[in-house]
Amino acid sequence: MVSFAVSESAGPDPQGSYTTGPDGKRPDTRAVLEAPDIHRALTRIAHEILERTKGADDVVLLGIPTRGATLARRLGERIERFEGVKIPVGSVDITMYRDDLRRGPVRPLGPTELPPDGIDGRVVVLVDDVLYSGRTVRAALDALNDLGRPTSVQLATLVDRGHRELPIRADYVGKNLPTAKSEKVKVYLQEIDGRDAVLLMKGGAR
Amino acid sequence: MNRHLISAGDLAKDDALLILDTAEELARVSERSIKKLPTLRGRTVVNLFFEDSTRTRISFEAAAKRLSADVINFSAKGSSVSKGESLKDTALTLEAMGADAVVIRHSASGAPHRLANWVHGSVVNAGDGTHEHPTQALLDAFSMRRRLGGLEGRKVTIVGDVLHSRVARSNVLLLHTLGAEVTLVAPPTLLPVSIGTWPCEVSYDLDAVLPKSDAVMMLRVQKERMNAAYFPSEREYSRRYGLDRERFAKMTDEAIVMHPGPMNRGMEIAAEVADSARSTIVEQVANGVTIRMAVLYLLLGGETA
Repeated sequence: MVSFAVSESAGPDPQGSYTTGPDGKRPDTRAVLEAPDIHRALTRIAHEILERTKGADDVVLLGIPTRGATLARRLGERIERFEGVKIPVGSVDITMYRDDLRRGPVRPLGPTELPPDGIDGRVVVLVDDVLYSGRTVRAALDALNDLGRPTSVQLATLVDRGHRELPIRADYVGKNLPTAKSEKVKVYLQEIDGRDAVLLMKGGAR
Repeated sequence: MNRHLISAGDLAKDDALLILDTAEELARVSERSIKKLPTLRGRTVVNLFFEDSTRTRISFEAAAKRLSADVINFSAKGSSVSKGESLKDTALTLEAMGADAVVIRHSASGAPHRLANWVHGSVVNAGDGTHEHPTQALLDAFSMRRRLGGLEGRKVTIVGDVLHSRVARSNVLLLHTLGAEVTLVAPPTLLPVSIGTWPCEVSYDLDAVLPKSDAVMMLRVQKERMNAAYFPSEREYSRRYGLDRERFAKMTDEAIVMHPGPMNRGMEIAAEVADSARSTIVEQVANGVTIRMAVLYLLLGGETA
């Protein structure tokens, strides 16, 4: 008998109540980005996308659920505000393309929502909250392969915490955050978690 | 949820909703030009069919193939079973071939349950005798939810040969779990003795029930299982329990008509009702592939126990 228990990535709740860490001590947590920092980073990324794609005419923003999709919507709103162009925003779920599906309980699916005109011949900007091993992005590239044929694919991430396991890099980075592998990075967004913040949690010795 | 899917009654509300929500996401795969996901690469699904079935078998086959699983079809005709091999020996053979899931259709009620004790993989009941057909119930619930919005408090009427119908039993159990109110309408001779223990209402008057129904599911009159006279004549059955144009007009404008197929047009359902815009009969087939993809993903997608 196996249950479908669904696990979210570990971490304290947004209000910041903690239990003791694996070493018996309280884990050391600090906010690396607060709401104004996140807003500024997204504003800069939106400008960079406009600059790099010369006006974002062919751009489609595709967020990786859950928080990447929210960030993609925010970037879309900013680009519209700055240039008056409305660019298509969607999401691409990567669950069915993960390379670690057999390493845990079965995962629920997120939404894949493509703009009505699809992604053929467009410049797709993938949006995710944290870039770490690069495996999520690899899965997203595989998923895109089944969804259409974009002219090019770029990657935007709010936080790049390093420790890549695949030859993948981001085109737009909100914040480069040097971390230890034992640490955890958790992104909170207003629309989902009720507040904007990026927290770095010390994992303790393993 | 269990490792197996044998009865719709085994599904808790959360499990059933997870299957329906997963299917909702997977439905979009069928609309893409590349209708395939790599998720179950290297997994083997065996379709073990001891009873004739076209739509259920190809539906499971399509579902498994869209998830990139390898599919082995095993039908009793022309196989070792016709040489007298027992179910257990067949099961052990499949086990030795490395089946991760066995989809079984059998004329004996309870065969999937027995099989589940003999194999390590997941067992999916694709219809056992007059007992259950859980994936049919799931695809029916999915079709209703897509058309009606939700199932909580909805009134579903199931009409016809309940006695021989595994579809009816699975539907009553699942729809009850999902909060719908089910009414069975049938001649007394085509209701099982134990009907009082089912979580549903029973009526013998179709015309009284129709105006209050959000969905009406017509069951096939299963002549192949009828070894006695359950009703005087086909014409009388059709007159009292068939869904013809006049009865169809008594339903509300939003109510939908369902049928698990294959249909006896002119018997339990009139052709023009079956082909109307409020009939979900063709959708049910497409939804069948989607719901079976969801079931196979949820049973085989995670770590192996």
